[in-house]
Amino acid sequence: MKTFFVAVAAVAAMSAVAWAEDMKMAVTTSFHNSGLSDILLPAIQEDLGLEVQLLVVGTGQALRLGEAGDVDAILVHSKKAEERFLAAGHGTHRLEIMYNDFVFIGPKADTASVADSANAAQALQQIASTESVFVSRGDDSGTHKKELSLWASAGLDPQSLGDWYRAVGAGMGAALNTASGMDAYIISDRASWLNFGNKGELALLYSGDPVLFNQYAYIPVNPDKHRHVKNDLAMKLENWLVSDRAKDLINTYKINGETLFVFNAK
Amino acid sequence: MSDLWDGLSQAWILLWTLDADLVEITARSLQVTLTALAIASAIALPLGAFLAVRRFRMRRLTIAVLNALMGLPPVVVGLVVYVLLSRAGPFGVLGLLFTPTAMIIAQVIIIVPLIASIAHQALRELWSDYHDLLISLNTSHVQRMSALLWDGRRALLTASLAGFGRAIGEVGAIMIVGGNIDHHTRVLTTAIALETGKGDFALALALGFILIGLAIAVNLAIHWLTRTEQEGRW
Amino acid sequence: MSDMFPLIVEGALTRRRGKVLVGPVDLRLEAGGVTIVIGPNGAGKTSLLRMLHGIARLNAGRIEWACGQERAREKQAFVFQTPVMLRRSVRDNLAYPLRLGGVTRREARAQADAMAEKVGLGDALGRPATVLSGGERQKLALGRALIRSPQVLFLDEPCASLDGRAMREVEEILKTAVQDGVRLIMSTHNMGQARRLASEVLFLLGGKIHERGSTVEFFDAPKTAQARAFLNGDIVE
Repeated sequence: MKTFFVAVAAVAAMSAVAWAEDMKMAVTTSFHNSGLSDILLPAIQEDLGLEVQLLVVGTGQALRLGEAGDVDAILVHSKKAEERFLAAGHGTHRLEIMYNDFVFIGPKADTASVADSANAAQALQQIASTESVFVSRGDDSGTHKKELSLWASAGLDPQSLGDWYRAVGAGMGAALNTASGMDAYIISDRASWLNFGNKGELALLYSGDPVLFNQYAYIPVNPDKHRHVKNDLAMKLENWLVSDRAKDLINTYKINGETLFVFNAK
Repeated sequence: MSDLWDGLSQAWILLWTLDADLVEITARSLQVTLTALAIASAIALPLGAFLAVRRFRMRRLTIAVLNALMGLPPVVVGLVVYVLLSRAGPFGVLGLLFTPTAMIIAQVIIIVPLIASIAHQALRELWSDYHDLLISLNTSHVQRMSALLWDGRRALLTASLAGFGRAIGEVGAIMIVGGNIDHHTRVLTTAIALETGKGDFALALALGFILIGLAIAVNLAIHWLTRTEQEGRW
Repeated sequence: MSDMFPLIVEGALTRRRGKVLVGPVDLRLEAGGVTIVIGPNGAGKTSLLRMLHGIARLNAGRIEWACGQERAREKQAFVFQTPVMLRRSVRDNLAYPLRLGGVTRREARAQADAMAEKVGLGDALGRPATVLSGGERQKLALGRALIRSPQVLFLDEPCASLDGRAMREVEEILKTAVQDGVRLIMSTHNMGQARRLASEVLFLLGGKIHERGSTVEFFDAPKTAQARAFLNGDIVE
C-alpha cells in the first residue's frame, strides 16, 4: 500500500512529460471496444513515432468533433452521415479502410426464432410480431443509424412500435448491459459483442446478411477550415492505415479465434 | 454478488502488483483533482468570507444562486466548458480541449459553489460571534475576512474536503472535456465508465474500490496533518 | 494629556427598525474621571455606549471628539458584556489589535506577554481563549482592550456574570487603568460598583439622560423622583 502511494507520487511528479508527436482521432465506441486499437496504436507509435490519442465517442459526436476542428481525423462507420460531412467541407476526403459486421444478439431461448430467419429484415419482423423486448442504442450513433435503416427495410417504423422497443440512448457497452439485464434482443457490432464481459443469458443468434456489413472509413479533418489541424500527421497516419503492415494486423486480429475485421482499403 | 468479490480481489491484485496503468491513472486523478481543489479553494473560501462579512444589495441573490449551483449537473458544466474550449469556440485558440487543464477547469466550476456555500455557512456563524469586536477594532474588510478565514480554518477544511469528494468522483464533465484519452486524460472515474461499458464489471469495481480508498486516504491524511498542527498551535 | 476631550454630543439618536433605542442625547464629557451609566433594563445603556463608541448607526445629531473622528477611533476601545473570544490562544487574542496596527509579530508577542501578566493571565498564555472561565474571559477582553493604550475605554456591564473574586480583580485592573489616565465610560447594574468606581453618574430612563450628577450628589440626594425610586429598588418605567 505504501509503495503504491510512493509510486503514485512519483508519477504525479513527472506527469508533465512532453510527447514527441501526437494527433487526436475520434473513433466510434464499437471500434474501440473491439480491442483492435490496442494492437494498431502501439504499431503506429513504433513505425511512425506518432502518438494517436483516441476520443472514443458515438458517430454523431465524432462528426461534431471533426466539424469543430477539435480532432485531426475521424474513423467512423455511417456512410450517409460521412458524405454529408464531406459535402459540408469539413473533411478532405473519405477513405474506406475495413469492415466488420453487425450481429443479432438475444436470449438463448430465442422466443422470436431469430436464429432461423432468412435475412435481417425477417429477423426484425419476427421480433416485432412476437413483441419481444428489443434494446435500441437510440443515441444517433452509426450502429443506431444502421438499426433504423434495417427497420425501414423490414417495413416497420420504430416510432410506432410498442413499449417492448426500448431506446436506451447509450453507448454499445451500456446498451449491451441493459439488454443482458432484460434478456432482450439487440443489434451489436460483432467486435463489441465478442469483447463484452457481461453476456449473461444472451447469445449470438443471427449474422451473415450482407446488409449487416459495417464499413469503417477514415476522414482527415479539413485544414482549410481549421488551420491548427495537423493534416500532415493525419496524412502520415492514412498512409500507414492503407499499408501492408496495417492490412496484416487487421486481417489477423482475432477474438476467441474469430476474425473480426476485413481490410478493404484500395 | 460474485462480481463484488471479483472486484475486491482484482483491486488487491492491481495494488499488489503496482499495475503501471493503475498507478498512472490514479496519479492523474490526484493531480487533476488536487489542482482543481487548490484553485477552487483559493476562489471559494475568500468568496464565502466575503459573503459573510459584506452587506451588499445583491447579497441574498448571490447566496441563493450559489446554493442552487451546488446542484449543478456536471454534464452541463462539461458541455459548457466543451463549447467554450472547442476549436470553434471563443477560447479555441488556447488548444486546451482534451487536456488535463480542461478537466481542471470543469472541476473548478463544479466545486466552487459547493465550497463557497459551505464556507459561507460556517463563517456566517463565526462572523455573528466576531462582529462586535472586529467592528469595534475598526478593522478593514480585508482584515475581517482574514480573521474569519484563519480562525475558521477547521470548518473551511471540511468545506474543501467536500469539494474534493465531489471532484474526485465526478465523471460526466471530465468525460466530455477530457475525452478519456488513454495515457493522456484518463482518470479513475472515466476508466470505470469505460470498463463498465465493456461489461468488465470486476475491473470497473476494482477501480471503484481504489477510488474509494484514495478518497479515504486523502481525508485521513489531511485530518492527520491538521491534528499535528492543532497540537503545535494550541 | 488627552486631546480627545471635550466630547460634544448634540441630539444624537440611534434607531433600529424604526424604534428609537436611545436619544436624542445632549452631553458634554470632559477629560478625566469615570462616568458610570445606570438605569433600568431597556433604558438604553448599551445603545448609548455603542452609539458613543461609533458602532451603532447615528440616525440623527452629532458626536464630536475634540481630536476629530478618525483619530478618536484609534484611541478608544470597547469591552462587551459577553466578551468576544477569538478562536486563538490567549496570547494571540492579546496580540491581535497590535497586529492589526502593523506591529511586528515578535513585538506584539512581547507586549501581549506583558499585558497577560498585568491582567493576571500570565500562566494561561498558550491556552485557547475559548476554554477560559467567565472571569478569565473578561480579564482577557480587558487586556485586549487596553493593549493599544486607549485614551477612552467603554465597558458594557463588564462584571454582570462574575463572582466576587473575579469582580474584585476586574475592578483592580480598571483602577490601575484610571491611574494610567484612561477615561472610563461604563454601564453597570451594581450600585455598589457604581459607588466604588464612579466620579459621575448618568441615570438613563426611556432612552434619555434623565439625571446627571457627581457620585456623591446622585447617591445621597437624587434630584428626580424616578432616580430616588430606582435607588430604592422600586420598579421604574
